[in-house]
Amino acid sequence: MENYYIFKIILVVALFVVSLLVAMYSTYGERKISALMQDRIGPNRAGPMGLLQPLADGIKMFMKEEIIPNVSNKALFILGPCLAMTTALMAGVLIPWGGKIELWGETFDLQVADLNIGVLYIFGVTSLGVYGIMIGGWASNNKYSLMGAIRASAQMISYEIAMGLAIIALIMSTGTMSLGEIAAQQDAGLANIVYQPLGFLIFLICAFAELNRAPFDMPESESELIGGYHTEYSSMKLGLFLFAEYINMFISSAVIVTFYFGGYNYPFQHEVNEALGLSTNLATALGTLIMFGKIFFFIFFFMWVRWTLPRFRYDQLMRLGWKSLIPIAILNILITGVVMWMNGKLN
Amino acid sequence: MQPLTNRSKVVVKKEMTLLEKMYIPAILNGMMITFKHMFKKSATIRYPEEKREFSPIYRGQHVLKRDDNGAERCTACGLCAVSCPAEAITMQAAERKEGEEKLYREEKYAANYEINMLRCIFCGLCEEACPKEAIFLTDRIVPTEFERNDFVFGKDKLVEKMDDRIDVTKRQTQDVLDFKQNKQYSHNKLK
Repeated sequence: MENYYIFKIILVVALFVVSLLVAMYSTYGERKISALMQDRIGPNRAGPMGLLQPLADGIKMFMKEEIIPNVSNKALFILGPCLAMTTALMAGVLIPWGGKIELWGETFDLQVADLNIGVLYIFGVTSLGVYGIMIGGWASNNKYSLMGAIRASAQMISYEIAMGLAIIALIMSTGTMSLGEIAAQQDAGLANIVYQPLGFLIFLICAFAELNRAPFDMPESESELIGGYHTEYSSMKLGLFLFAEYINMFISSAVIVTFYFGGYNYPFQHEVNEALGLSTNLATALGTLIMFGKIFFFIFFFMWVRWTLPRFRYDQLMRLGWKSLIPIAILNILITGVVMWMNGKLN
Repeated sequence: MQPLTNRSKVVVKKEMTLLEKMYIPAILNGMMITFKHMFKKSATIRYPEEKREFSPIYRGQHVLKRDDNGAERCTACGLCAVSCPAEAITMQAAERKEGEEKLYREEKYAANYEINMLRCIFCGLCEEACPKEAIFLTDRIVPTEFERNDFVFGKDKLVEKMDDRIDVTKRQTQDVLDFKQNKQYSHNKLK
């Protein structure tokens, strides 16, 4: 039992470090990818190929003057970015990062907590994320910040419904709400994307909206709202907001991969493991590596879309959410139900 | 009404088809375009390491030439200051002392010679006006400074160093030389 707790503590710390590291290099990746897509070079001064750029950015953020506006609500103003960062880091504990691992003669799952209501927990935590933005925007006492906060919360409410409905169809076909089981099921069968292509599309679109990323970056929209909810923020508080966005991106990529793309599983993994004669730990490591490959693809995909599509107008955003995605999601549930009934899975 | 040109077009606001309303084909199309651009060569020139090739007659930072023995050519006649349309050049003349023949070519020389690089428009009229062939514009870029006053270049920055002579022949193409020939006449034209 003691080993169990030691392992979990190590895993949590490792997860914390990896989340921060991935988020750090996502900022670099975003700048580099946007540069490549616009036929530029991007950061290339700090270190070879600009690889130390995130460090330089971090130092810059810490060294800058910190301004708290006189008219702001100081306690809430400080609470905003803290909340955004905390909730961003909370969702990672539920993701199954790999299969079984053998340590000190015992077998552990490479997952911090396998809650039987894991999907609900993830939803709860991601919806808490908007509170950081709302509180930060409201406490700034600035009309642009408030506008950004209002848009963020309206957008979050609208798209959470469609996202939830897309997930209901997934839960219907998998029959479980535990992320560990969802990932394990896809080892035996096919990846969930085969059963839920429409659900995946809806989930992906809603993920963009939940992350406040282009083309749904309404709360920030620098051309209309001068940065939206973080207009008044400076120094590392601004850094926390921006950083939370990248951590969210990492976690939601991991969630998408777990839900729809088999998580740490890959095609013919048992055959590959046997052919290479890998031990349990090495096979798990390979699975985790492949999972990170999938996650990085989705992070790249988020950036790719951001630097391709222009921003939606606010009414277009609402129309897409309420009039297109929610009906399609309900239709998806219906189709899932009919297909399951025809296959005799409902009884 | 009669159209003014034959380029006018009738605007049609046609309904979008279902496929167009879904946006997805258009989005995929756009994403392919951005993806292709990732592999294109970027147009960037990494300035301090790479330099764009200058035109042979590029007019950059000025130099005050010395003659072959190392004496300053400038005699502080003031023609460059007079010709300067931006009034960027000021100078003070001084008389050469006994024993300074190695330093200055003629009896009069410029004790101070300043060009305000923020005022200068790099037209090259000073070079054209100079009767002693002392001032030339070179293919060097004026370095950036943090203070306004640092852009007033004195003799320390303008006069070429003895061990680091600056080649001004690059600019002297046939066209430029032809243009300079005319200076004998341009001053003598009737008003």
